[in-house]
Amino acid sequence: MRILRNRKTLAGLILLAVFVFLAVFGPTLAPYPALEIVGNPWEGPSGAHWFGTTQEGYDVWSQFLNGDRAILIISFLSGIIATVLSVVIGVAAGYFGGLADNFLSMLANIFLVLPALPFLIVINSYLPAGGKSSTALMAAIISLTGWAWGARVLRSQTLSLRKRDFVDAAGIIGERSWRIIAFEVVPNLVPVIASSFLFTTLYAMGTYVALTFVGAVDVNTPWSWGSMLFWAQGDQAAASGAWVWFAAPGVAVALLGTSLALLNFGIDEFINPRLKAAGLTRKGLRAAGLHHRQTLGLTPVLRPSAAPVAAQPAEIIEETV
Amino acid sequence: MYVLARRLAFYAVTAYVAVSVNFFLPHMMPGDPVETMIASSAGQLDQRSVAALKAQFGVGTGQSLWAQYWHYWGQLLQGNLGISISKYPSTVAQTIGSALWWTVILVGTATVISFILGTLIGALVGWRRGSMLDNILPVTTFFQAIPYFFLATVLLYLFAEKSHVFPNSDFKSYDTNNYVIGWNPGFVGSAVGHAVLPALTIVLASIAGWIVGMRNMMVTTMDEDYVLVAQAKGLPKSRVIWYAARNAVLPSISSFANALSFVVAGSLLTELVYSYQGIGSLLLNAVQSEDYPLIQGIFLIITFAVLAANLLADTVYVLLDPRTRQEA
Amino acid sequence: MSALNDPVLEISGLSVDYGFGPNAVHAVADASLTLRRGEVLGLAGESGSGKSTLAYAVTRLLREPGVITSGSAVFHGAEGAQDLFDLDADGIRALRWSQISVVFQSAMNSLNPVLTVGVQLTDVLRAHSKELGRGERRERAAELLDMVGITADRLRSYPHELSGGMRQRVMIAMALALEPRVLIMDEPTTALDVVTQREILQELGELRERLGFAVLFITHDLSLLVELADTIAVMYAGRIVEHAPAEQLFRNPRHPYTEGLLGSFPALHGERKAMTGIPGSPPDLRHLPPGCPFHPRCGHAMDACSTQVPELLPIHWEPTEPRRASCLLHADGYQAPESLKKTTLRTEEIGSTL
Repeated sequence: MRILRNRKTLAGLILLAVFVFLAVFGPTLAPYPALEIVGNPWEGPSGAHWFGTTQEGYDVWSQFLNGDRAILIISFLSGIIATVLSVVIGVAAGYFGGLADNFLSMLANIFLVLPALPFLIVINSYLPAGGKSSTALMAAIISLTGWAWGARVLRSQTLSLRKRDFVDAAGIIGERSWRIIAFEVVPNLVPVIASSFLFTTLYAMGTYVALTFVGAVDVNTPWSWGSMLFWAQGDQAAASGAWVWFAAPGVAVALLGTSLALLNFGIDEFINPRLKAAGLTRKGLRAAGLHHRQTLGLTPVLRPSAAPVAAQPAEIIEETV
Repeated sequence: MYVLARRLAFYAVTAYVAVSVNFFLPHMMPGDPVETMIASSAGQLDQRSVAALKAQFGVGTGQSLWAQYWHYWGQLLQGNLGISISKYPSTVAQTIGSALWWTVILVGTATVISFILGTLIGALVGWRRGSMLDNILPVTTFFQAIPYFFLATVLLYLFAEKSHVFPNSDFKSYDTNNYVIGWNPGFVGSAVGHAVLPALTIVLASIAGWIVGMRNMMVTTMDEDYVLVAQAKGLPKSRVIWYAARNAVLPSISSFANALSFVVAGSLLTELVYSYQGIGSLLLNAVQSEDYPLIQGIFLIITFAVLAANLLADTVYVLLDPRTRQEA
Repeated sequence: MSALNDPVLEISGLSVDYGFGPNAVHAVADASLTLRRGEVLGLAGESGSGKSTLAYAVTRLLREPGVITSGSAVFHGAEGAQDLFDLDADGIRALRWSQISVVFQSAMNSLNPVLTVGVQLTDVLRAHSKELGRGERRERAAELLDMVGITADRLRSYPHELSGGMRQRVMIAMALALEPRVLIMDEPTTALDVVTQREILQELGELRERLGFAVLFITHDLSLLVELADTIAVMYAGRIVEHAPAEQLFRNPRHPYTEGLLGSFPALHGERKAMTGIPGSPPDLRHLPPGCPFHPRCGHAMDACSTQVPELLPIHWEPTEPRRASCLLHADGYQAPESLKKTTLRTEEIGSTL
């Protein structure tokens, strides 16, 4: 697929694959359970404990290996739920217009404006203990705050598609609305939906880690990098010099987020080809003897000079930047 | 200006929804909310406060849910947000009041700086498309993916622990040992100094969004004819960039709502790391001590503040885009 | 009808590509034109013929990935003769608008939607006429609007508040702000209704009388040029195929393509003629046919046409006429068909076709 040729997308995909691997095999590969005392407290990295131990004497490396699964599950689950919601609501609002549109748009705008994290903290604070540790419930609650942005984007895309002739034509020949939506409208929205999905998943990940970090959800069940960060912060890991304990989960979260963002960049450029640096790249121009970047309003002149120098014509490389 | 009036109406509806959610949420959970609160306060509440809480949450008064609802609204409109359990006997309003300004100043300043810097950089990167500047994008993306609090911890570690420029633990919003709140130079200096790191955290974590957004819009705008016309007119380069940027910035302003949600979330976490005595820390402490009136009160205040900021952004947009003033 | 004035813009051997290397598209190939002082040169052709590309390339306004691969564009301005392709950014900027200005195709997209008309008129003055003060600039802007028949209160209007015709007038006023020598107009009236079109063209004529600038008028509508232009150049597949005084071209075309074009639109008066049109469609610029680019569609094609690329040359059998065509039929050794050898004079036509 052409998308895979994009450097950014490829990097994101590889990175994501690493994390998926970690999620699937991490817990099996961990030498110890996450919450079992297996060493002396505050040990630095060593042969027995690659990442050292926590204040309680837990093995940080095991904690780290166990920390990916919950995050990926909740993030993707939440992303899926939120994307489904945003497709249904956004496309319906854009396609049917009128009162339905007004109502659904208002709904989306409300959820968009309400500050998400405080809202989620408030909801979570009222949950009974069982609720605070449920993966599915967490994913559902987070997706409540994540669907609105995608819905708005899909609505505006649907609105512009609606005006296109082929949609009108389908209606004229008597196609039912739901069929038009499913077979004419949605297929054209796939890149936008993909981008929205990635963005929403990224958002869910960040939000879930944040919620765990502040202790709004059950910190130990399920175990995640957020849990590690919660305990590391609470036990003043940074101040005590146990920098691996707090750095490892933080960097991991950042990299996971970056992988999703990179994938998203690639899709963005696919949707809006103008974002790519198409045409003449620096290499191509330099091979032709031109050393300046092409600026708007100053078309380059590549006349053959007086001294005939046979330069190899460089190829146009459609480089994505 | 009908546009603004409509936005105002919308925010009013949103505020209404927030207040309603605030009221109904505890009632949707299993159990009696006040009992939970009494239990968690470990017997510190006297009879009068328990009665007040029960009145506020409408427990045991024999009123219907709807009657309690209107009662809640009545209280709210009088500025009565209830009594804080953890900070007893202070009222919620008092507690919030003392913390609110710290957050507003910190977050407000940091957001403005982030927006302005991010937009300027984004405009430049977009203008010089295909140059080395494009490499900024993946770097800023990485920074954006770093959780706010992680960045905060790293910065705190680097600057406070390692270099002892600032105190490490119990960073707070100013040096509580030596200064008193007031317009004395010692306090102001300390407060500003203590605000640098949290502000830096917020700016670094949020700037990527502005940069990327502005850059993408700049690239799209540069394809418009009027930018080419500006070049054709022989205008100086800065003016041509202005022609494009002036248009490209508009979507950034209209997406301010979305962006603000993230900044609020991030600031909350940043305050936690720095023990900054703003609304964020207050909320998190309230959660941990299960101080429900305080939790609800803070949520409402944050929501109202966000709505106000949005209204401001909408006003700016209308001022900048003359097309919105035309009623179709 | 202008006598042969001094040239103000001389384009020779201009070639413009999109892209570089083996995949480059040759949008303009070996084009040579001379625009004289005060003259109106019409540049006609279908979309994709390269007419806009030529004009933008000359002014170095061509967007990515356009590159100029050969030729020169010598401009005879206040500072003497300068090759526009040798100038650097500052040199070009100094010339722009003060000596050569452009009226773009779509006025709605050419005016910045967030700035008032007044600002867009005065910023050119600020950039080029530094000696003017604020009040003087405003006065001059009002003057310019008046020149195109718009009241001064419109200085405070935004582009979306104006009608299509008014916007186009503003563009023209803006283009003439510094009284340039050359005005390039890219399909300026295409998006307008015929009534407004005529008004604007009339105003343009009056302005030309007053200010004496030369015009390079690009359009796909040949019939428009017949009245308006002094000379017409027809482009096809990136090449100039014919260049002649307007009336000559209209009555006595020399190139088969021009002949085809003229047969494609009906005249309002005169006898009813069968419309012929041109069979086939314009070639894909990436896969041009060998030899003459028009030969696959040409009713008079010979064997030689598929191997030899004709050059734009004076007509061999009437060398004194100030016209050129790129067709082998008019070269030495070949015989042109009757339809391309007409020499009707003005008095011979009864019931003119205009």
